[in-house]
Amino acid sequence: MMSPRVLLAGFLGLLLLAPQVVSEFHVTLLNYIGLYAIVALGLVLLTGVGGLMSFGQAAFVGLGAYTTAYLSTAESLPGWVAILGGSPWLGLLVGLLVTAVVALVLGLLTLRLSGHYLPLGTIAWGISLYYLFGNLEFLGGHTGMSGIPALSMFGVVLKDGRSYYYMIWAVLLVAIWLTQNLLDSREGRAIRALKGGVVMAEAMGVDTPRSKTIIFLIAALFACVSGWLYAHLQRFVNPTPFGLHIGIEYLFMAVVGGAANVWGALIGAGVITVLKQWLQDWLPKLLGASGNFEMIVFGFMMILVLQRAREGLWPILVRLVPQRAVRRELPAGEPLERRSVPVSGEILLQANNVVKRFGGLVANNNMSVTVKAGEIMALIGPNGAGKSTMFNCVSGVDRATEGEVLFRGQPVTDLNSRQIARLGMSRTFQHVRLLPSMSVLENAAIGAHLRGRRGVLPAMLHLERSEEQRLLAEAVRQVERVGLKESVFELAGSLALGQQRTLEIARALCADPCLLLLDEPAAGLRYLEKQALAELLRKLRSEGMGILLVEHDMDFVMGLADRVVVMEFGEKIAEGFPDEVQRNPAVIEAYLGGVE
Amino acid sequence: MDLQIALLLSQDGITNGAIYALLSLALVLVFTVTRVIYIPQGEFVAFGALTLASFQAGKTPGTLWLLIGAGVAVALVDLTIAVRTGMLRRIPRIVGWNLVYPALAAAIVFLLKPSGFPLLAQIGLALVLVVPLGPMIYRLAYQPLAEASVLVLLIVSVAVHLALVGLGLLFFGAEGSRTPAFSDASFDLGLVKVNGQTLWVVGASLMLIVALAVFFERTIYGKALRATAMNRTGARLMGISTIMAGKLSFLLAALIGAFSGILIAPITTIYYDTGFLIGLKGFVGAIVGGLGSYPIAAAGAILVGLLEAFSSFWASAFKEVIVFTLIIPVLIWLSLTTRHVEEEE
Repeated sequence: MMSPRVLLAGFLGLLLLAPQVVSEFHVTLLNYIGLYAIVALGLVLLTGVGGLMSFGQAAFVGLGAYTTAYLSTAESLPGWVAILGGSPWLGLLVGLLVTAVVALVLGLLTLRLSGHYLPLGTIAWGISLYYLFGNLEFLGGHTGMSGIPALSMFGVVLKDGRSYYYMIWAVLLVAIWLTQNLLDSREGRAIRALKGGVVMAEAMGVDTPRSKTIIFLIAALFACVSGWLYAHLQRFVNPTPFGLHIGIEYLFMAVVGGAANVWGALIGAGVITVLKQWLQDWLPKLLGASGNFEMIVFGFMMILVLQRAREGLWPILVRLVPQRAVRRELPAGEPLERRSVPVSGEILLQANNVVKRFGGLVANNNMSVTVKAGEIMALIGPNGAGKSTMFNCVSGVDRATEGEVLFRGQPVTDLNSRQIARLGMSRTFQHVRLLPSMSVLENAAIGAHLRGRRGVLPAMLHLERSEEQRLLAEAVRQVERVGLKESVFELAGSLALGQQRTLEIARALCADPCLLLLDEPAAGLRYLEKQALAELLRKLRSEGMGILLVEHDMDFVMGLADRVVVMEFGEKIAEGFPDEVQRNPAVIEAYLGGVE
Repeated sequence: MDLQIALLLSQDGITNGAIYALLSLALVLVFTVTRVIYIPQGEFVAFGALTLASFQAGKTPGTLWLLIGAGVAVALVDLTIAVRTGMLRRIPRIVGWNLVYPALAAAIVFLLKPSGFPLLAQIGLALVLVVPLGPMIYRLAYQPLAEASVLVLLIVSVAVHLALVGLGLLFFGAEGSRTPAFSDASFDLGLVKVNGQTLWVVGASLMLIVALAVFFERTIYGKALRATAMNRTGARLMGISTIMAGKLSFLLAALIGAFSGILIAPITTIYYDTGFLIGLKGFVGAIVGGLGSYPIAAAGAILVGLLEAFSSFWASAFKEVIVFTLIIPVLIWLSLTTRHVEEEE
């Protein structure tokens, strides 16, 4: 039995030895695999993890390559850029800058739209840039630019493929390391929530457009670095390797290799590059004509992969190796700072005459609710009464059509859910919104997103470990508090539905809220679990938290709530102490039907 | 630039724009019904044009082999399923459409020598060969993934596009073809000469658009497609098969694509890979309409045609750059007007 660590060490050893034993031809092949894998790695982050897609990565590679080619070969640069000429390293810097600007603009344009506008935008951008490269005189047109100097490092000139090999693979390994670090961090959890968890992440205070922009930017910068390396390896650039079809190939690499894992990029780049080389040798002989016939094979292969193994090759390979042992060591760290607790009795939430219409349907009509610090307010009513809609209006997931919502005296009607979360309101969802492929611990830690500060760069370099430990320790505390300690390292998707609901509460508590919104927390819980939940809510109340609760279990509600609001058909029909409400004829009629 | 040149360029722009408009309608149709971003639409343009050109050159068009191959593949898949699930009464239908139909088409091509046919019959035969490829491709590539996300379907589209372009190269070779104009007539309107082919293209496009409108408004299948586009689950509950809707929309898209190719072949030389750029220009039009509105998509496509014609006059090297950069202001406008809250699955 080999552990993953031993496998990794063996792989690195092989990498180190490879150029000393294999032929020149194979070193070249390995160099290209490395270059392509750097680009595919960006796509893993973008597509496999973040659920976004780009066909335009080849164009970013081209930006990197052309920038350095131009700056290091142009004989008469305009004065203000002349100081940048001459050194490949300056070329890299400028290339990264140019790429960043282009990616930011492109991201700004498309990332707010539905998911398919980004790939369509990148197709258009890929084509435009290709024609631009081919038609600009100063970039050599379709013939390209030659005479690009070789890279030199510490006085060593990287002239041949063998010496360049180490450069490429060192960059790739560093990029993999940075990406993996990023994914295993606070920012990384926000990124991983983009695929299928946007509404939840926003409610936890994650700025999802920002996270999307970040991964688009990183993917573009990786592509740019690959292009820079390519230019100084080839010492020549022309538009061909930066066209749309190559952009498509990069995406195929990520998908075939397994877009959900950083190593999938390497596998995919390897498989596609070797296969392409082989097909380009054999197919023209087989078909008796010359042309890019490997496209046909790639097309069919992609369709098969998507139909039969949508996760790509990496998960299939992982199954061959014994599963990684679960980390048993609980993260520990100093408690995080808490927000100032409101005085018991202070009015936290005040919704005045909220109306919510969906087209002609009035889901909430003239609803008013207040919640004070240190009380549990229950919102009850038959199915379809509009309770969850009210929740969504209050928490900023939906916007009220009319009326006003005040939170701690501040109007929040026009704020979105992440701005409201920042003010100290946290919620759970009626239809559980967890990320099933992340652990219980990580799911809970998303709730603490706003309590961390360190950004993307420290995360990539793992310089934020002390803060990360404190965040995870807080998540452990809250998971423990709701009674899920046994399952801390399990996948959230493997929990029973009732436990998933309690995990949602733990996640909400991680935000250190002063108002907690719980949408049917007791549904799917067994009797003893319900008692434990009631106990927890009482304790939170005694600590001064306000709780707004939607629930169907009347025993649970009546034994727990301080005040109750009853809704029917979107309107409030009663409000008061539990025993008052229970005697109210309108309520009895709503629940049991009236006497004819 | 004087008025005469402007009019000449407008004529070019409107001719191409009419083709892009047809394509953009097909793209909107396929996207709203199946959520597929149909990149391979352009290949149907090339296949339609090149099949017609093959007939005229007295060659056997490669699309015949494609039709036979796709037919056999669909028959294999569907027959396996029919046998495994015991739905034996489906067998005659499967065999009929996927094996007998291509065999009949092959018989016509080989026995009747279409090179001697009148143009209209050649066009009809080209459509007979190319159009069924649409639903066959839907069956093979998309139907098994019908419930997948838009992005997965988009990758499938790109894969299908690559495979078809490669097959186009294999079947038709790298040389381009141009077919003779439908009519050599030209009309002198004082400042500008309007040539017959332009009138053919614009007229045929308009007729096809009207036919589509009637189909969607008046026929039960058209209404079924509209219902599926509005609400897939709801349409399903009303007994509309989403598979049928998918195949039908792909059939219409293939018809529109191949017919567009036949219309444009006398104007531009068509190569095996020309269709892609033509199709993408249709896409720019469709995006102008937010991938949802037919009239705005058609208007956007005409705009693309005009922009292309005028930029080829002013800055011909940057024609493509200018056309594809058009989507940037469109995207700005879309992103300012839509408030996006839905969850991408």
